[in-house]
Amino acid sequence: MSDGAQFRTPASDARQISPTRRSFVLGGFCLCCLPGAGPGAFAAEGPWPTEEIAEGIHVRRGVDEDATKANADAIANIGFIIGRDGVLVTDPGGSLTDGERLRSAIRAKTSLPIRYVVMSHIHPDHIFGASAFSGDDPVFIGHYRLAEALQQRGAYYRGVLAEILGEDRVGSIVAPKMEARGKSEIDLGDRVIEISAHSPAHTSTDLSLLDRKTGTLFPADLLFVGRAPSLDGSLQGWRDVLADLKQTGVPRAVPGHGPASVAWPQGAAALDGYLAVLQRETEAAVEKNIGIDAAAKSVAQSERAAWKLFDDYNGRNVIEAYKEIEWR
Amino acid sequence: MTRFCLALVLFAAIAPAAMAADDETARAERWNDLRQSFFGQRPILEGSDKISLDAPDRAMDAALVPVTINVANPSQVKAVYLLIDDNPAPLAAHVAFGPAGDPRSLKLRVRVNQYTYIHAVEETLTGELFATRRFVKAAGGCSAPAGSYDPAALADIGRMKLRASEQSSGDGSVEAQLLVRHPNFNGMQMDQVTRLYTPARFLKTIEATYNNEIVFRLETDISMATDPAITFGVRTSQKGKLAVSARDSSGALFESSFDLGPQGS
Ligand SMILES: [Zn+2]
Repeated sequence: MSDGAQFRTPASDARQISPTRRSFVLGGFCLCCLPGAGPGAFAAEGPWPTEEIAEGIHVRRGVDEDATKANADAIANIGFIIGRDGVLVTDPGGSLTDGERLRSAIRAKTSLPIRYVVMSHIHPDHIFGASAFSGDDPVFIGHYRLAEALQQRGAYYRGVLAEILGEDRVGSIVAPKMEARGKSEIDLGDRVIEISAHSPAHTSTDLSLLDRKTGTLFPADLLFVGRAPSLDGSLQGWRDVLADLKQTGVPRAVPGHGPASVAWPQGAAALDGYLAVLQRETEAAVEKNIGIDAAAKSVAQSERAAWKLFDDYNGRNVIEAYKEIEWR
Repeated sequence: MTRFCLALVLFAAIAPAAMAADDETARAERWNDLRQSFFGQRPILEGSDKISLDAPDRAMDAALVPVTINVANPSQVKAVYLLIDDNPAPLAAHVAFGPAGDPRSLKLRVRVNQYTYIHAVEETLTGELFATRRFVKAAGGCSAPAGSYDPAALADIGRMKLRASEQSSGDGSVEAQLLVRHPNFNGMQMDQVTRLYTPARFLKTIEATYNNEIVFRLETDISMATDPAITFGVRTSQKGKLAVSARDSSGALFESSFDLGPQGS
């Protein structure tokens, strides 16, 4: 959290001074066009580094930035689990490039078949790499409401990403083949991965995974660490789901954004704190008839120093929370 | 309509640099076209001392941009117009006030599709027009899908909520906020599978009366945000009934009524 400066690339500096920055924000996910980001950034070849955070579990840490051409939308934590009989991909990445590099990273570790690709939720930084795996013919797994959400938003997300990354680097939209509802299990031979489909929380399409073998929880974007959370589902719902996940009793979790792995449930403390402040102060604003615009500027400002990209997301979160609370 | 908006989005996507140099000229022409199509040859005077428009310079959420219109001489105001110049359907609101309406302050939440001027125009009882404008940086608010709108919420469509301000202005006016549950589908979201657009369904009129006298009549369109919210003034001297009727583009009629009085209720 104190290392914000190390992620401040030239591109993000350009963003701050450029009057022509255009950003597209929808549903808690910010897509920004950075005029300073050039194509030279693709010079690096081969897979991006992954870290084996537990036996057979490999995670590629995303950068704490918004999508740019230079970062190829590789901003979420993505990875894979190697079992005896095959590989499960836990989020295919934010673009075709991101997905291809993840696939290279898998192939550098194992030649086992890639049997499953989990798409944790609707946000593009997690799922636009899916088409990089189409040739493997895996079972694409998503929340039972993901297909509908892709119908509502997929084309829009794709268009905006294409503007940033280039048409050929975005990847096509892949619909889930297996629709997860409630709890389900995937058997990789020597390990069983539990899948939970949640009610609206971070989004309306959240899945979490649990690997009992190593005691690793994959909450995806139900857990943000260090990077400002984005609310695109239900504030109360997110707090409830997080409370449930904390009861899981495993020692480790892989956040959707932040370090490749954190201690669990201690790693949820900062997010818990933020969501509580967001709720408490938005409720107070609604109660006192403070308008949605004024609330968006004042609520949860005490959290500002604790999160990267806070100003890009907090105001939107307040608007989401306000809409939820004013109808109660 | 849908094609037009898509074209706008794509054009904005491929040609931002080329646009920049001529932006101001293009924007002036755009406004000239708009004023002619909405107001014909009627003169529109510079009105920043009569009407003010408040909106964020850079919207945090392009699909929900809060806008406040204040007028200096409420007793002389017949109606106000809110035009979002570069939206596919620029007239976001035409609010005509009745005898029970207090035009001094009006708040709305709108969608903004691309960087644009927003104009607020006041029409006085004597038929004069005064305008003010503001530039808002926001993109994608109308071609963007309707957020995380839950289909289950359609069951709730037309539900209304009224929140009255605690403090009355001391001269017989109360500020109230009306919330209306409505997805305001704008017909501009494409279904990936069918390649068809989700059909438009949006609120077209909202009329409020207080003890059978008109407070306001709002005509609106797809520029209004999902679940429209309107904050307005009501002239009240006693407890009474605020009745609201709203009609959407499919012809559905939604009605509610609320108790409202000088001290709120
Ligand atoms: Zn997300």
